[in-house]
Amino acid sequence: MSTTFVESTAQAVECVRDGDTVLIGGFGAAGQPVELIEALMARDVSGLTVVNNNAGNGTTGLAALIGAGKVAKMICSFPRQHDSQIFDAAYRSGQVELELVPQGTLAERIRAGGAGIGGFFTPTGYGTALAEGKETRVIDGRGYVLEAPLVADVALVKALRADELGNLIYRKTARNFGPIMCTAAAHAIVQVSEVVPVGSIDPEIVVTPYIYVDTVVTVPHPATPASA
Amino acid sequence: MTESIRRADAPLNKNDLAALVAGDIREGSFVNLGIGQPTTVSNYLSPQQRVTLHTENGMLGMGPEAHGEDVDPDLINAGKVPVTELPGAAYFHHADSFAMMRGGHLDVCVLGAFQVSVGGDLANWSTGAPDAIPAVGGAMDLAIGAKETWVMMTLFAKDGTCKLVDELTFPATGVNCVTRVYTPDAVFVLGDGQVAVRETFGVDADDLAQRMGMPLTAVA
Repeated sequence: MSTTFVESTAQAVECVRDGDTVLIGGFGAAGQPVELIEALMARDVSGLTVVNNNAGNGTTGLAALIGAGKVAKMICSFPRQHDSQIFDAAYRSGQVELELVPQGTLAERIRAGGAGIGGFFTPTGYGTALAEGKETRVIDGRGYVLEAPLVADVALVKALRADELGNLIYRKTARNFGPIMCTAAAHAIVQVSEVVPVGSIDPEIVVTPYIYVDTVVTVPHPATPASA
Repeated sequence: MTESIRRADAPLNKNDLAALVAGDIREGSFVNLGIGQPTTVSNYLSPQQRVTLHTENGMLGMGPEAHGEDVDPDLINAGKVPVTELPGAAYFHHADSFAMMRGGHLDVCVLGAFQVSVGGDLANWSTGAPDAIPAVGGAMDLAIGAKETWVMMTLFAKDGTCKLVDELTFPATGVNCVTRVYTPDAVFVLGDGQVAVRETFGVDADDLAQRMGMPLTAVA
């Protein structure tokens, strides 16, 4: 299916349904698709499982989504931060379930999900509480933990630029989870600062080929600026 | 045997400790400095060392912290502090960044710790407090990923207990992964279940062994 270009962030997130698993890009503020999250806030959906490195900061974006009661479960590596009070309260009251995953394992589970890999053995977490209940194996004298792939219904990602086919490039460390999240979602929704004609992104530097991109919306001046 | 161990007159302050770690990093190394105190090591690396810094959020060739007009919200380090890029820097996505780490391509990572065991087990992600919200980030990947994991920490906790222990009492971040421990009182080299002292600062090795409650040997 070819990439659809829509006029508004509201249109972009129309496909999200109750109970969906939603991958949300970003590491801290860098790469966070703030405008797509705000559009999701306006939707009457609940019971979402959200995958992000963190669990929201301050009172906007992902934190607001959790505060609005739309999130049933967070899968993340680092929920606790100095300004994660909304998640902290929701977790302590039992409103939100937490699946804690080491950051590299989180990234690799998403990569595996997008790459059709049925699981992988990683040395990360071997011998720790986060490996409890998981299959382990010693390979060439080293301990490994079996981890499952992670796939999702939807990904919300921020990139710098798309061409009119949907090929993407990102900007600096705002790239972070974006490329792998596009591959692991049935429906990858991407906000970009600009859309340029086909051929104006050098094929050698395309980071996410358009086969992975379903919906693109232009947000020329995002909350976290991505000025080239 | 411990008489041969080099001894300085006073304990190291934080800056001296960071400088000592920096000086031990071999020329041309690829290094990850985690978050927090270990990141101060970068202030003491010399250009002649040609050290390349990796940050888990997808960058090689990280430069110093950014200030003023150089601050770019799209360019941050693992601690979410604005940084700069050096000529020759490269960006990559998260799965590649952690593949680089787990795949043993980094020479050294330097981490903080709550405890390190004689066997090289590391505890730095959770105190195990029942009401704490757990958060691990990249700590477990870093601990087991680099060719060498060095720890920078105080040797004694605020209550006076030694943080270099026979067995961890805090939850493990990784097992058998720490090879060196840098503290204000001494530098330790771990291996084969032995704690060897490379040098001490403001204390004799024998007195230190007594305070720590464990036998210490000199580095072979």
